Amino acid sequence: MALTSEEVLHIARLARMSLTDDEVSRFAAQLSGILDHFAALAAVDTDGVEPTAHPLPLSNVMRADEARPSLSQADALANAPAQEDGYIRVRAVLE
Amino acid sequence: MSDLWRLTAHEAHEGLRERKFTSVELTQSVIDRVAAAESRVHAYITLTPEIALEQAREADAKFAAGTATPLTGVPIGVKDLIMTKGVRTTAASKILGNFIPPYDSHVYEQVRKAGAVMVGKTNMDEFAMGSSTEHSAFGPSHNPWNLDLVPGGSSGGSAAATAAGECLIALGSDTGGSIRQPAAFCGLVGIDPTYGKVSRYGIIAFGSSLDQVGPIARDVEDAATLLDCIAGHDPRDSTSNPDPAPDLRHYLGQDIKGMRIGVPREYFVEGMEQGVRTRIEEALKVFESLGATVDRDVSLPSTDHALAVYYIIAPSEASANLARYDGVKYGFRDGTGTTMWEDMERSRSGGFGTEVKRRIMLGTYALSAGYYDAFYLKAQKVRTLINREFQEAFKKYDVLVTPTSPTVAFPIGAKVDDPYAMYLNDVFTLPASVAGLPGLSLPCGLSEGLPVGLQIIGNFFDEGRIISAAHAFERAFGNANRLPEL
Repeated sequence: MALTSEEVLHIARLARMSLTDDEVSRFAAQLSGILDHFAALAAVDTDGVEPTAHPLPLSNVMRADEARPSLSQADALANAPAQEDGYIRVRAVLE
Repeated sequence: MSDLWRLTAHEAHEGLRERKFTSVELTQSVIDRVAAAESRVHAYITLTPEIALEQAREADAKFAAGTATPLTGVPIGVKDLIMTKGVRTTAASKILGNFIPPYDSHVYEQVRKAGAVMVGKTNMDEFAMGSSTEHSAFGPSHNPWNLDLVPGGSSGGSAAATAAGECLIALGSDTGGSIRQPAAFCGLVGIDPTYGKVSRYGIIAFGSSLDQVGPIARDVEDAATLLDCIAGHDPRDSTSNPDPAPDLRHYLGQDIKGMRIGVPREYFVEGMEQGVRTRIEEALKVFESLGATVDRDVSLPSTDHALAVYYIIAPSEASANLARYDGVKYGFRDGTGTTMWEDMERSRSGGFGTEVKRRIMLGTYALSAGYYDAFYLKAQKVRTLINREFQEAFKKYDVLVTPTSPTVAFPIGAKVDDPYAMYLNDVFTLPASVAGLPGLSLPCGLSEGLPVGLQIIGNFFDEGRIISAAHAFERAFGNANRLPEL
């Protein structure tokens, strides 16, 4: 299973990462090699087998819907790379 | 008094209780040891000596007040993906290089309630993705048994610190072998608990259906004591097991006569080192001498598929978990882009290391349109088959015994440019991980001067039986708290 440079760039775009030309060619080769090793799974008979998302038989675990203290605005903003007037600052989303 | 750092946690507890020394003296001994060893071992990303001495003074007050418990005053290393309020927590990534957590993880709350003393935050592979601690943005850790070798990973800093005397005991995390393999490489005891036994609240996420925090220690008793401290229900993690956690120390010192041990033949593969094979075969004879029955003819045919299943599921979950690092809310921001999207792409590219990018790419691909059924869904179905085979085996056997890793510790640089060779390192720890089962690694001797690890796998929440088997072996073998010359 050989991934092309275009496919690698498409995946990078989905993952919101810019890659250098060197990374594109390296990842194309390495990911193709890794995917080849995964091909053996296709031969495993899984007809009628339910997928396992999670090892424990727990589902729909809810907590009580009660008001409780949360992080203060100052704590929530403390690690933000850029902020202004109590907000996180980003570049314009719409052009 | 200068060698207090050589004590196990339970030995230290005896000394503290009998007032032979104080926690401040014990902690100072560890801080002095860090000063002597850390430049060669590089076990820590962040050291916290002032916090440690303050916590040690509080611990001494607990002993004076009669409220001390087994971990009170014991110096502990904390893996740097475990959030500690006010103390930088990086996951060994540039993207979190300046991150100061606004709250504590559940496990850190638990060890603090117990009065343990934090020496610092230990090195690891970035976001726990790796088997050697070479994928750290802060540089590799070195194996105290031989400084040219890796300590294993991803919890390599926790293992190296514990083996070097830079703490008495440590917290690691295991997703596909990240506690058991470094414990094996450094001659220590490590436990990956049953999925759901330990709350993941406040743990920087890698693969959410696989991640568990657990102990790395110098003997089985210490590992059981630390696991007791951090286990139990936490409503802040919806996958936390609501049933009460049993007292694992109760399982120490038990007779294992009649215990049924299965040895799956798929774990004795081509390419495994002869020295590892020999030590494991000798260990099986020790179990027999203790009255256990050992069946060497067990087969778990889907074992070989666990590698592919894991390296599809874990990167897929990682690609979703790591979507949060966008250079906006916290963490590294590039800031040279002209649009928000460009800023985000450059922040992620500049902030993540090569292995993390590789896994995000792999996971994004496996989840993308057209490939989801062939990769992610298929892997989840084969995961079910792996679980079923284990459940069949546990009808006949109490525990399964295997090598922890096919090799002993390997040289720094040997596998770092060959991702698949690095992934193969985890081949014996991955099956229990994908099944969510508990596994313990403990030392079973040396091969060419380096520690070999024995893995004991048990059924869901059957850590007690694993601990009984491990403790009986450790006492018969006489290998507890064996530290390297450094």
